Amino acid sequence: MTARRTITSAVTGFLSVAIGLIWVFPLYWAVNTAFTVEEKTAQIPPSWFPAPILIDAFAYVIKYTAIIRWYVNSVITSLAITGCVLLLTMMCGYALSQMKFRGRQFVYIAILAGFMIPAATNVVPLFMFMNTLGMVNSYWGIILPQLAAPIAVVIYKQFFDQMPLELSDAARMDGGTDLRILFRLFLPLNWGVTWALAIILFIGAWNNFFWPFIVIGKTPMMTITVGITQVQSWYGIAYPRQMASAVLAALPTAVLFVIFQRRVAQGVAITSGIK
Amino acid sequence: MASISTEAADLSVQRVRHSRRRTPWGTVIILVVPFLIVYVAFLIYPTVRVFQLSFTNSDIAGIGSYVGVANYVKLWKDPIFWQSLWHTAYFIILTVVPNTLLGLAFGLIVVRQKKVVRSIVLVLLFMPFILPVSVVTQIYLWVLSAAYGIINFLLGTKINWFQDPNWAMPSVAFVTIWWTVGFNILLFIAGLEAIPKEYYEAASLDGAGGGFRVFRFITWPLVWPVTSLVFTLQLILQWKIFDQVYLLTNGGPFNRTIVVLMYMYQQAFTRYKGGYASTISIALFVIILITSLTQIRLLRSRGAA
Repeated sequence: MTARRTITSAVTGFLSVAIGLIWVFPLYWAVNTAFTVEEKTAQIPPSWFPAPILIDAFAYVIKYTAIIRWYVNSVITSLAITGCVLLLTMMCGYALSQMKFRGRQFVYIAILAGFMIPAATNVVPLFMFMNTLGMVNSYWGIILPQLAAPIAVVIYKQFFDQMPLELSDAARMDGGTDLRILFRLFLPLNWGVTWALAIILFIGAWNNFFWPFIVIGKTPMMTITVGITQVQSWYGIAYPRQMASAVLAALPTAVLFVIFQRRVAQGVAITSGIK
Repeated sequence: MASISTEAADLSVQRVRHSRRRTPWGTVIILVVPFLIVYVAFLIYPTVRVFQLSFTNSDIAGIGSYVGVANYVKLWKDPIFWQSLWHTAYFIILTVVPNTLLGLAFGLIVVRQKKVVRSIVLVLLFMPFILPVSVVTQIYLWVLSAAYGIINFLLGTKINWFQDPNWAMPSVAFVTIWWTVGFNILLFIAGLEAIPKEYYEAASLDGAGGGFRVFRFITWPLVWPVTSLVFTLQLILQWKIFDQVYLLTNGGPFNRTIVVLMYMYQQAFTRYKGGYASTISIALFVIILITSLTQIRLLRSRGAA
C-alpha cells in the first residue's frame, strides 16, 4: 500500500514537473535564441542548445539601442510609483480606519466606487490633461496617473481595521499623535502587507504597457516595456537581438519573483480580494 | 445573530471613544488630502471629462465644439465599431472559460504535490505571469513565426499564426492564456486549500471512491466561489484587451483582430479624433460597468444565501 502510494506520488510528481517544463519551454527557447548567432535561427532542424554560447546579441542591443536608458527610466518611474502609492494609500487608509471625521463614510464610498472605473477608457482625457500640464514625454507623465490606486487604500484600511483598538488607545494615552501611531506602530506591525503590496506594485508598474505607450512618444523617454518593441521596427527582424532585449527586460521582475515568491503570491491574493 | 450584536456593541464602543476627542482636522487633511488630489485629478476628473468629450468633435488636444449626440449616432452606424465589439467578444469566448478551467486543472495538479515538487511546479506555471506583455509577445512572435518558428517545426506545419485570418485571434488568445493562467492558479490553490480535509476523509470512508466523483460532489461545489471570482475577474479584464493584439497582430489581417480599445486608440492617436474616441470609450465603459455591477450582484446574492 505505502509502496504503491510512493510510486504513484513519484509518477505524478514527475508528470507535473514535466507539464511545468513544457509550459515554460517558450522561455527556454527565447534564452536559447538570444545566445546563438543569427544564421542559426534560419536553420532546419533548429539547434536545441546554444553552442557555442555567444553574447553578441546582448552586446549589440546594449551598444546600439537605448536599452540602458530605458532601464533607467523604468527603474526610476517604477520605484517612484511604488513608493508614492504606498505612502499615499497607507496614510489615507489609516485615516479612514482609525480616525472619525465628518465625511469619512463619503470619502470611503467614493474611493470604493473608483474600483469600477477602468483606467483604460480614460486615456484620451488623461492624455489631453498631461498635454496641458506639459508632462507628455516626461517621468511625471508616466508616474502621476498610476498613483490613483484606490484598491491599495481599501487594503490598508482593512488591515488597519483588524488592529486591536486597545493598541492605538494606549498609544494615544501616552500622548502619541496619529502620525506617530501610523509610522511608528501600525507600519512596523504591517510590514508583511506593505512588502507584498510593494512587490506587486513594482512589478505592475514595470510591466505596464498601455499608459507609458500612450504618454511617451520619444524613444529615449520610453520605459523598457515599451522600448523593446522598438528593437524590432528599427533593425528589421533579427531574432537573437529581439530575444536578448526581451531577456534583459524580463530579468528584474523575474529575479524579484524568484526571490520573493511567497510575497508575490500573498500580494496577488490580497489585491484580488481573496486574502 | 450573536455576531451581529457583538458588532453593534463594538460600534457603540468606538463611537463613545471617538466622541470624547475633537476631530484633529489638521492631521486628517495631511493624511487624506494627498491621495484624494491624485485620485480626483487622475481618475475622477478624466471619467467626467471623457463623458463630456463624447459630445464634442474635439481633436486630441481637446479643442472642438459640442455636436450633441452626433458621435453616438455615428457610433451606432459604424460597422468597424461593431466589428471590434464582436472581435472582443470572440476573444473573451476564446480566453475566459478556458483560462478559468485550465487554472483549476493546474491548481489541482499543484496542490497534490509535496513540498519541493510543489514549489517547482508552481514557479514554472506562474513564471509567465510576471513577465511584461511586450516580452511575452516578442517571444511568441519568434516561437510562432511562420518560417522558422519552433512550433511550426514541431507540428510540421507552415501556419502564419498571427496573420492567418482564421488563426490570428485564437493565437492571440492562446498567448494570453499562457501569460495569465498563473494568476488563476494562485487563486484556485487558495480556494482548494480552504476545503476542509475532513470532507475528503469522510468521502473515502464512505467509499465514494473514484477521483471524479469526489471532484464532482466535493471539490467543484466547494471551490465554486473561487471559480466565479476568477471567471468575473477575467471577464472584466478581457473587455479591455489591447496590448497583446496591438503587439502581435496590430488588428490585422484586414482588421480581423481589431478590438474595441484598439479602435479607440486608432481614432484618438492616429486620426486625432478625441471626441469620437471618447464616445467609443464611453461604450466600453458602460459594458465594463454592467459587467462589474452584475458581478457585485452575483457575489451579494451568494453571500446572503
